Amino acid sequence: MSRSAVLVDADWVEANLDTPGVVLVEVDEDTSAYDKGHIRGAVKIDWRDDLQDPVRRDFVDKAGFEALLSARGIANDDTVVLYGGNNNWFAAYAYWYFKLYGHENVKLLDGGRKKWELDSRELVTDVPERPATNYQAKDQDLSLRAFRDDVVAAIGTLNLVDVRSPDEFTGKLLAPAHVPQEAAQRGGHVPTARNIPWSKAANDDGTFRSNEELKELYAGAGVDFGKDTIAYCRIGERSAHTWFVLHELLEQPNVKNYDGSWTEYGSLVGVPIELGEAR
Amino acid sequence: MTTQGCAAPEQTVALPAGIDLSTQAVIQGVVSGPGTAYARLLDDSGEFTGEVVVSDEGIFRFFAAPGQWTVRIIAGGGVTKDVSVEAKLGEVAQLAVTV
Repeated sequence: MSRSAVLVDADWVEANLDTPGVVLVEVDEDTSAYDKGHIRGAVKIDWRDDLQDPVRRDFVDKAGFEALLSARGIANDDTVVLYGGNNNWFAAYAYWYFKLYGHENVKLLDGGRKKWELDSRELVTDVPERPATNYQAKDQDLSLRAFRDDVVAAIGTLNLVDVRSPDEFTGKLLAPAHVPQEAAQRGGHVPTARNIPWSKAANDDGTFRSNEELKELYAGAGVDFGKDTIAYCRIGERSAHTWFVLHELLEQPNVKNYDGSWTEYGSLVGVPIELGEAR
Repeated sequence: MTTQGCAAPEQTVALPAGIDLSTQAVIQGVVSGPGTAYARLLDDSGEFTGEVVVSDEGIFRFFAAPGQWTVRIIAGGGVTKDVSVEAKLGEVAQLAVTV
């Protein structure tokens, strides 16, 4: 699958705003951004309210995903173009999620909402009305998802890519610096993980670096492309961004996103944790 | 354990309710200039640590660790501006940036 099959630029989106079968979806945690202005025709998915199970820490299940997409007027054969804030973190998470449930045609808008805004492109407040569909999801493709036991088993064996900032990796910070710091967990990283922050894969405007630059980045930081890879961060959305880079842009076959990530691993009893720089 | 995601709290003039400043090293500021801008926090090696959209009032805020940081303001037209700042526990480091 080529880069253009999974990633589109803003010019492509502007040219396809009225193309039948192309559905724009803005995905954010803070959905006030959508309410203040979004790309014309885009529907909204709320990372928390729409994609998370309201009780357990898990996704909405297959039936919940089907109900969500049906209500948003998204059909199985639509081309879904995802974008969002935070340098597309939540859009990349949703992209991974669409792939988990077997949606065929899904793409990311390169640079997401940020690039669109910095280019001063049009944003509107009109909410589109799309007729409901009868969306049918597939069973979760668990070849894309890692669980905690997979991570423990991968120590010293597979590529473990910690995509958080260096200060989170070493244990200095417990969360990204734009949210208040938390205390109910241990700091550090999974032993043998390489720290390759998600941000190294992106330019300042949120667009992805070239495939050549990305290959050099990960190989140079110790990723063995002959091995399977698990990416993690704090709650699984930044690592979905890196999963997108490794699995979709660089076409590495066996890459899993560990969505439990540090908020789960750093609270487990008895698992090994390493502090400081990578060893 | 928090259930909060990684999106930033709303960027307001006052610290969000419930924040105990004595446990935080806050960097905040006001950006003046036209159009949407983003504030990015870089650590002392220049690595990305966090980013927020500057509010309509021009406000941004980070919860850092004590030490030296750089705030990079990213605006339209490829404009960027870097400002160095030291964060201290229990204090708010205040910046003003024009782009």
